[in-house]
Amino acid sequence: MIVAERKSIPELLDMLPNDSKILVLGCGTCVTVCLAGGEREVSIISSALRIASKARGLGYEVSELTIERQCDNVFIEQAIEAIEKVDVVLSLGCGAGVQAIAERFLKKPVYAGLNTKFLGILEERGVWTEKCSQCGSCVLHEYGGICPVTRCAKHLLNGPCGGSREDRCEVRPDRPCAWQLIYQRLKNIGQLERLEKIEPPKQWSASLSGGPRVIIREDHRI
Amino acid sequence: MKSADKETTIVAFCCIYCAYAAADLAGSMRLQYPSNVRIIRTPCTGRLEVEYYLRAFENGADGVLVAGCEEGSCHFKEGNLIAKRRVNYARKLLAESGLEADRLKMVNVSAAMARLFTEHVREMAETVQRLGPSPLNRAKTRVQQEIKP
Ligand code: SF4
Ligand code: SF4
Repeated sequence: MIVAERKSIPELLDMLPNDSKILVLGCGTCVTVCLAGGEREVSIISSALRIASKARGLGYEVSELTIERQCDNVFIEQAIEAIEKVDVVLSLGCGAGVQAIAERFLKKPVYAGLNTKFLGILEERGVWTEKCSQCGSCVLHEYGGICPVTRCAKHLLNGPCGGSREDRCEVRPDRPCAWQLIYQRLKNIGQLERLEKIEPPKQWSASLSGGPRVIIREDHRI
Repeated sequence: MKSADKETTIVAFCCIYCAYAAADLAGSMRLQYPSNVRIIRTPCTGRLEVEYYLRAFENGADGVLVAGCEEGSCHFKEGNLIAKRRVNYARKLLAESGLEADRLKMVNVSAAMARLFTEHVREMAETVQRLGPSPLNRAKTRVQQEIKP
């Protein structure tokens, strides 16, 4: 899922115009699961904004709504009425959600209330970790299902850098060395011989380095 | 009670298994404590969400006290520990929003600690007195004054 984190209230205050009607718009999918932009967070952020507005005389009028998915037209339709009533939208969707809303409401300022961080998983209660950086040509099968592109701080594809201590990465000692994990995993599944193969330089043109990506499925187009 | 107490409101969320009983006992023991505290009985402090604290301030509280069982003796095992983390988060949000974090405080008392409960209430009343009424209420007073001819 997409993992995001709320911006601080002072950042939001900087962004939002005084004396305006603001819709805090949540999203019921990824950002709900990572506790950043679901109904609960909409309620909390709205409350904080109302407190800040009253304390500092900012003149906000804050309303709240959460739709199932901000990146999907079908659900965006459910927000039309609420969006039309306000001056600005503070979206608690991921970066894609914010842009999807902005693209459909041409004259309405839409602001991002979250910092969209990464594609990851809930590792344990309250801890999310990055797992995939959407490189565009997945090589997970070569590495026992552990992504060196994302989880090795140096994105090394042909073995460890040699700097790890115990099983920790030298760049982020709070994270395990991806190569330690890859070695262990390949050993467990009896595929250590994979490491003998030299992986050629990665095709980064399939990643964001090749410009914004688009997928067209002719079989689905009408 | 001092007059400043009358102008401010403290909301005390009290767990039914400890602080609420302690408050009750304080009454039976005729212990004095600030009269501007409004007690809300809760099934467990772990039931309280961050929004509850924010809403209390939005609706005019000048201070909020969260009173749960002593650590290690929560009726639901760890409700009070959950509450502690949520209170810390809410304090951070309040500070970001322009309210003093000290207006929200979590304390731990057992059902037998009536005296300690009253001390906590008194301490919160002192904090509120030191900080003055919540800026949200000050804004309200200001507007009312401006409206008056
Ligand atoms: S190899 Fe690329 S697509 Fe596969 S998990 Fe890693 S970053 Fe994601
Ligand atoms: S210590 Fe491991 S994870 Fe960290 S940069 Fe080196 S090889 Fe990559």
